[in-house]
Amino acid sequence: MATTALPQRGYLHDDTPHLGEWIRSWLFTVDHKRIAILYLLAINFFFLLGGLAATFVRIELITPQGDLMSSDVYNRMFTLHGVIMIFFFLIPAIPAVLGNFLLPLMLGARDLAFPRLNLLSWYLYMFGGIFALSAAVLGGVDTGWTFYTPFSSTYSNSNVILTITGAFIMGFSSIATGVNFIATTHKMRAPGLTWFRLPLFVWAMYATSLVIVLATPVVGIALLLVAIERLWGVGIFDPALGGDPLLFQHLFWFYSHPAVYIMILPAFGVISELISTFSRKRIFGYEFIAFSSMAIAILGFLVWGHHMFVSSQSVYSSLVFSFITMLIAIPSAIKVFNWTATLYKGSISYRTPMLYALGFIGLFVIGGLTGIFLGVVAIDIHVTDTYFVVAHFHYVMVGGTIMAYLGGIHFWWPKMTGRMYNEIWGGISALIIFVGFNMTFFPQFVLGYLGMPRRYHVYPEEFQILHVLSSAGATVLAVGFIIPIIYLMLSLKTGRIAGDNPWDATGLEWKTTSPPPTHNFEAIPVVTTEAYAYPPEAAARDAAEWRPGSPL
Amino acid sequence: MATTTPTAKPAPAHEHGHEVHGRELMHHFESAQQQKETATLGMWVFLVTEIMLFGGIFMAYIVYRWAFPDVWAEAAHHLNTPLGAVNTVVLLVSSLTVALAVNAAEEGNRRRLLTMLGITLLLGATFLVIKGFEYGEKFAHCAGAANPVAWVTGGARLEEKECLVPGRNFIFPEAHGAEGSKDAAASHGAAASHTQPQAGLGSPYQLFYFLYFVATGLHAVHMVVGLTIVSVLTFIAWRGVITPTYYTPIEVGGLYWHLIDIIWVFLFPLFYLVH
Repeated sequence: MATTALPQRGYLHDDTPHLGEWIRSWLFTVDHKRIAILYLLAINFFFLLGGLAATFVRIELITPQGDLMSSDVYNRMFTLHGVIMIFFFLIPAIPAVLGNFLLPLMLGARDLAFPRLNLLSWYLYMFGGIFALSAAVLGGVDTGWTFYTPFSSTYSNSNVILTITGAFIMGFSSIATGVNFIATTHKMRAPGLTWFRLPLFVWAMYATSLVIVLATPVVGIALLLVAIERLWGVGIFDPALGGDPLLFQHLFWFYSHPAVYIMILPAFGVISELISTFSRKRIFGYEFIAFSSMAIAILGFLVWGHHMFVSSQSVYSSLVFSFITMLIAIPSAIKVFNWTATLYKGSISYRTPMLYALGFIGLFVIGGLTGIFLGVVAIDIHVTDTYFVVAHFHYVMVGGTIMAYLGGIHFWWPKMTGRMYNEIWGGISALIIFVGFNMTFFPQFVLGYLGMPRRYHVYPEEFQILHVLSSAGATVLAVGFIIPIIYLMLSLKTGRIAGDNPWDATGLEWKTTSPPPTHNFEAIPVVTTEAYAYPPEAAARDAAEWRPGSPL
Repeated sequence: MATTTPTAKPAPAHEHGHEVHGRELMHHFESAQQQKETATLGMWVFLVTEIMLFGGIFMAYIVYRWAFPDVWAEAAHHLNTPLGAVNTVVLLVSSLTVALAVNAAEEGNRRRLLTMLGITLLLGATFLVIKGFEYGEKFAHCAGAANPVAWVTGGARLEEKECLVPGRNFIFPEAHGAEGSKDAAASHGAAASHTQPQAGLGSPYQLFYFLYFVATGLHAVHMVVGLTIVSVLTFIAWRGVITPTYYTPIEVGGLYWHLIDIIWVFLFPLFYLVH
């Protein structure tokens, strides 16, 4: 730590004379905001890589024959897509980028509780990423992202150990972030910032961190056992010894089902912020939204068996798992209803982040409702391992998490960089993504219901029209993802200077300068009101006074 | 904005260097108290993740012991219980010395602090040596030697073939296991009928020893980490960083050491004493 008075320049400001020092000032930074930027770059790189793998998958699926690649290469391609997108994009995306950047700002703290641990978590992420990438370069993995035994432990001839090591190391990166967030939320809140004055984003991060901390070590040990079994030649998942391959599925889904809440809970947090800000209203049912996050985090641990309805587990446990799966619909619906109630009589402005938020609500409702179909044992058995499942989880993960991630990036971009992005292009690309997304994945519901199995690249000819439609949609979606990269980069040079609070939002992060100084606040703020303290007449006043710059 | 007002006293501790508070208070904390509470909470949360990590192994243990109770009872006979018991005592005493080290740090007694940390290091190393000897014994038996020393010096041979290291050469000795394995074969016909339960690659006895090696191995890795931490603590205590107002590292490191200890307290009966 420096022994002089704290510098109050923007955290992006550099006074390093040499390139080497400049690189050091980024790679050895313990500033949560700089680490968030490091994460932003790394995570978006992995997103593009996972998107590239998806592109090849979609191109192959244009024709019913396997003409672009062999089945083996196809297996490796969708595994690469799954592993990269889940472990290296979706799980860290919102917590590590937006959470890292915003949590201390929203809490009125100078940094996360353990800044060096935070930097370590980025290095672990990169290190795990290098393992996963080297596995891909050396020929890939063909197990699917789920690494089911005994195929992964005994029969597969691909780079299972390298990939597993990558996921294992990346797990520790998640754990470091989770521990940091929990300690920060408990101990670093500004004076007056009680639990029920916290922004809902913080509640969502807290619930996410609990899930990370409790679930990630279990997949760690499960993957470790698979790796040892491959190295040693014997292991506990081997049926020849009397071992049970299904035990792996139990341990794996004990993490990987809660992991979908690691992906979606932070998205809920982002959406709560966006809906409230762009409706100019205090959020409806604050406590219900906060506690529904906690309820989802807890219930999420009790439903992993719904991934195993066809794996010979007892029908009675299937019924119980099915029932608890239904219960999760309740807190999820509470959130959606509260968001829509917040919109009611609000002064809604259709800025880019709000477009993403509204898109999120629609897509998440479809994704969530089809999740209830899949939670019913009878329907699940009918559509197990079909494109119906693929469409369902893409609606939740792409339609949910990525929409929220992009919405959040746009919303906090002025805070992160000090500059506004291009609102026109922002709106256009949000619409393109919405259209492209539905075009890609809605046909997959139909395909799956008609019986198209997942993980096959050769299919009957009658499915071709829907597959072509889906691939065409994927092209539109790709365009929608590329446009923001371009105008966001351009905005760094040419964007309008944002000012401290361009959205006229509440929340401590908007009280400091944009970009914030290294230690966030000139003086630690004292909080005296609730999180979304828009005055009751804000909506009416906004409607009366036209807000300049609004595209509508 | 209505939600905030600047603090009346704008964080006096940060208008200057470290003259007012100690060097150890990092700038993003308001007070030493807050820093200490945060560090302790962080460690407790981390310990939860450690328990979940071992939880996966305990889960596997429960599942297979439920499936093969006789195999478990029989297999446990072939672990070196006296050495395991000695190791348990060693670790429990080391937990005591760590607790005394925390106490010494709190009281500012640097000599006693260093002594206690030193004893802890010794005890931890002793544990690893004994554990290593136990592993060595198992590997020596596979090589046909009676014990690790005989294995190296080419001394006494093992009278009866035995190899308890899971793998292609795994042999569970029949003399001790005959009765038990018959029961096992009878009650778990499906699992045991296609192979001889007491020998070879297909023996469920391997599950027990695989779990034994993985669980105690993972524990040993944690011991190595723990020893590294205690070494660092000894170093910073020797440098005089630890004072009665700042001994958080000792306390937090001690928490980690106690966790390793507690995990062993569960591993010992689960593997050595289930017969």
